[in-house]
Amino acid sequence: MTGTPVVVLDKVNKWFDQLHVLRDVDLVVQPGEVVVVVGPSGSGKSTLCRCINRLEAIDSGSIHLDGRPLPAEGKELARVRAQVGMVFQSFNLFAHKTVLANVTLGPVKAKGVAKAEARERALALLERVGIADKAERYPAELSGGQQQRAAIARALAMEPRLMLFDEPTSALDPEMIAEVLDVMVGLAAEGTTMIVVTHEMGFARSAAERVVFMDDGRIVEAASPERFFSAPESDRARDFLSKILAH
Amino acid sequence: MDVVLDNLDRIAGGLGVTVTLTLASWVGAFAIGVVVASFRVGPIPPLRVLGASYVEVVRNCPLTVLFVVFFFGFPSIGITQPPFTSAVIVLSVYTGAFVAETVRAGVNTVARGQVEAARSLGLGFTQVLGLVVLPQALRSVVGPLGSLFSALIRNSSVAYTIGLVELTLTANQIALETAQFVPVFTGVALAYLALTLPTGLALGVIERRVAIRR
Repeated sequence: MTGTPVVVLDKVNKWFDQLHVLRDVDLVVQPGEVVVVVGPSGSGKSTLCRCINRLEAIDSGSIHLDGRPLPAEGKELARVRAQVGMVFQSFNLFAHKTVLANVTLGPVKAKGVAKAEARERALALLERVGIADKAERYPAELSGGQQQRAAIARALAMEPRLMLFDEPTSALDPEMIAEVLDVMVGLAAEGTTMIVVTHEMGFARSAAERVVFMDDGRIVEAASPERFFSAPESDRARDFLSKILAH
Repeated sequence: MDVVLDNLDRIAGGLGVTVTLTLASWVGAFAIGVVVASFRVGPIPPLRVLGASYVEVVRNCPLTVLFVVFFFGFPSIGITQPPFTSAVIVLSVYTGAFVAETVRAGVNTVARGQVEAARSLGLGFTQVLGLVVLPQALRSVVGPLGSLFSALIRNSSVAYTIGLVELTLTANQIALETAQFVPVFTGVALAYLALTLPTGLALGVIERRVAIRR
């Protein structure tokens, strides 16, 4: 593939006090690529995701988005974040705002989109994620799956260059996981550039172009889903897969 | 209670001053409190120190002392204000310190994820604070803010020390003229209650109305 990669991580290291959570992580994500990050709890995959829009600052190495280094805290970082959609495990919808207001807030306040236009686009996005009828409801009135779909719509409203998903289905009941994954599969099929941290191996298999396996802060291997799931190279990945796919 | 009824117009006048003084001071205190709380939770160290110093100095001084220092001391450094303006300034500055601490406590109740989501959308610090954090923080401290408002109504009587003819000084004047302290101050106590009790009731209504559904 040619052109500037959307994300380039080069020798990224991150410590939480004594804990070395990211160790020399290198990762390149091309436009339109869907990268699924898997690995055991505590392997650093969520931290990796959070470093890309600088919710966590890295200690060494570099992160480039669209060829430009990730700026330090300030106006420039806010501009970069406006182009990176983030979906959290716990949804984090603004509790005091309706679903519609959640979705229009970013475009209106961070990008200066006119209110009427933002509203129209927000309604279209809510339609797309299947909760248009919940536009005037408050987050607490929605199920977990509906809240997460609203959160995806909120991120999409910024028309991001890249979408980050930090374990988007981990807080959901099993029957709600599918409705969220359906939306994500749709996005992947449309060519959205995505980095998805998840335990959903079915999603990794069907939607990922590349599976990245992390353990103990390192990227142990990265391969196409076919190769990763049928013939993992490392012992650690084989062990992980045998546990997770045993049932 | 004839003495109260005979002087109803003067008492009403004093009550009017107390109400105006309280409302004006509340506006000032609320503005100061929100700004100082924002300093204290913000990322700029000098402002954090400034906010903390302000709160510690002001809330550890007796209100009467603040009144006397401002009204009788500040003219020597060229700051002279009439009694009403002075009272508004002193009460705003004093109550503002308590509002700041209350708002800061409210900010601490807002989930971290709310801030992360707002920052992820590309909102700047002031926007995150004004659009996401403060609206939720203030909702959670309506009760304590109401207590401060009620305290402000009662504290406004300290303006008496600088000769502002509000409700308490009016009462004192009438009592001195008529030598009937008990009926006059009983009437004035009822007048204060007539202000504070409805405030408490209104507060309960506001608290329920703005509550965030969780």
